[in-house]
Amino acid sequence: MKSGSNLERVILSGNPAVTAELGPPMSASPDEVVHKAHTLKGFCDAANITDCQTAVVRISSIAAAFIAYREGLEPVMQMTCRDRNRIAMQADLLGAAALGLKNCLCIAGDHQKFGAAGKLKGHPGAKNVYDVDTTQLVGILRKMRDEGLQEGGDKIEVAPKFFVGASWTPMGDPMDFRPYNLKKKVDAGADFIQTQGIYDMELFKSQVEKARNLGILEKTALLAGIIVPKSAMMLKYMDSSVAGVSVPRPLIDRMMKAKDAAGDDKKKAKELQEEEGMKIAVELIHQALEIPGVKGVHVQAIEWESAIEKIVKAAGLYPRPNIAEA
Amino acid sequence: MIVGTQKPIEEIWEMVKEFKRVLVYGCNTCVAICHAGGGKEAEIIASMIRMKAIEEGREMDVNHAAIERHCEPEFFEPLMEDVKTYDLVLSTACGVGVNFLTQRIGEIPVYPGINTSFYGGVPQAGVFTELCGGCGNCILHLTGGICPIVRCSKSLLNGPCGGTNKGKCEVSDQVDCAWYLIVERMKQLGTLEKLLEIQPPKNWATGTHGGPRRVVLEHIAELEEKEEKAKAEVKK
Repeated sequence: MKSGSNLERVILSGNPAVTAELGPPMSASPDEVVHKAHTLKGFCDAANITDCQTAVVRISSIAAAFIAYREGLEPVMQMTCRDRNRIAMQADLLGAAALGLKNCLCIAGDHQKFGAAGKLKGHPGAKNVYDVDTTQLVGILRKMRDEGLQEGGDKIEVAPKFFVGASWTPMGDPMDFRPYNLKKKVDAGADFIQTQGIYDMELFKSQVEKARNLGILEKTALLAGIIVPKSAMMLKYMDSSVAGVSVPRPLIDRMMKAKDAAGDDKKKAKELQEEEGMKIAVELIHQALEIPGVKGVHVQAIEWESAIEKIVKAAGLYPRPNIAEA
Repeated sequence: MIVGTQKPIEEIWEMVKEFKRVLVYGCNTCVAICHAGGGKEAEIIASMIRMKAIEEGREMDVNHAAIERHCEPEFFEPLMEDVKTYDLVLSTACGVGVNFLTQRIGEIPVYPGINTSFYGGVPQAGVFTELCGGCGNCILHLTGGICPIVRCSKSLLNGPCGGTNKGKCEVSDQVDCAWYLIVERMKQLGTLEKLLEIQPPKNWATGTHGGPRRVVLEHIAELEEKEEKAKAEVKK
């Protein structure tokens, strides 16, 4: 056992793992994190706590992860390469481990120019860091854990024991390089991988097969990303504008049909689309789990955490396994 | 070359308006090519300042001049006595020129007339693109001749992030994803496998993060010294 985290235990047990996502608020109050933690608790093995996603200032991932942990939800803290140099990263990792956090997902982070895709002001004039990239950050975490050494080579008295994760955009371009990109992260030490949201399962399957042929899927736990669709508009937006995401036409048509079935009733249209979206999510989960090499799902219901309970239950993934600590 | 862009005339005016005798001092190398600070641009800026001065009823003596380079002392010499008669030099050289002249001009202030932007090339007339980050530790042989330090918005060293969209960067659809280009180039060269090697954390100390940099070529410096001495001997 590398970290002893619940996520690691579930993965080792051979059960399909379920992770969810908890987005911290733009607020100094812990209430929303507490509330979301209770909504997710029991329906996932761990929940990712995003780190200023879309480059917007929110409660830091470590602080929100600790609040979730205190409420009994196992967090996956996230760390972007955008905001910290290797000194701050390692200091925060020691601190996070000292607080009891056991999972960490390493990501590049959205560029600060992104600013919530133009919906908020953000901080487009901020100076970014990118002292190390994701693969290098994964390597730093592994080195700290397994060798008890800092990146610079100094010894760590008590090493932080993280279950180390990285993200993967299997269908981003250049697509033929993506399996190799994954290999580098796994070779660097990624214990688990969470992917960008997948709608085109056939294409995903072929990318996973390429990764499997590289012999890396025995060394890591690949969790397929499922972004729960909320409306036809959201699916269309994701298809046209989100990097590495393509949505097959039949899925968009299904959501359009659900919307049209409500006629002029906007409330009904929302309900019907949400219902259809959850159905689609459940189907995607089943399809993903059938792909050889996929060890679980990362289900994101963005600002809609309440959907997770229904989806996980409908997918037959409830109750979550309770694997005792060794 | 070093690419620069002109500062708005309003900003320049705020800098210069309190001075009586102003020299707009152009550099005819890099910044002339990017139409920002060569002799021609210095002349135009000087006349714009004169027009502003007339508009605002200020008495100012504004002239212009240009030399080939602002980064080597010998180019300054022929004009230095004249330059020193001004209250202010508005340099339209790059930031290197502003610093370099500052060290040599005595008590006269040197202000920047342009914004020094980056090291770039000229893919077509009127277009300049950033191509090198000047990091002091070149790895272009590993990345197909395409610089990830400055052409990737996140300076990633091990491959693309998840933000590549149709070959463009998440920062703007006007910006090519450097890693998309690198992968394509390595495929063309038949050296894609080079990208599979993990690049360890970079030592940024050779770049701007290790404090101001200085390069000394001992053999050249010694040679210069010897020549100077020999000249002095001959004079005696």
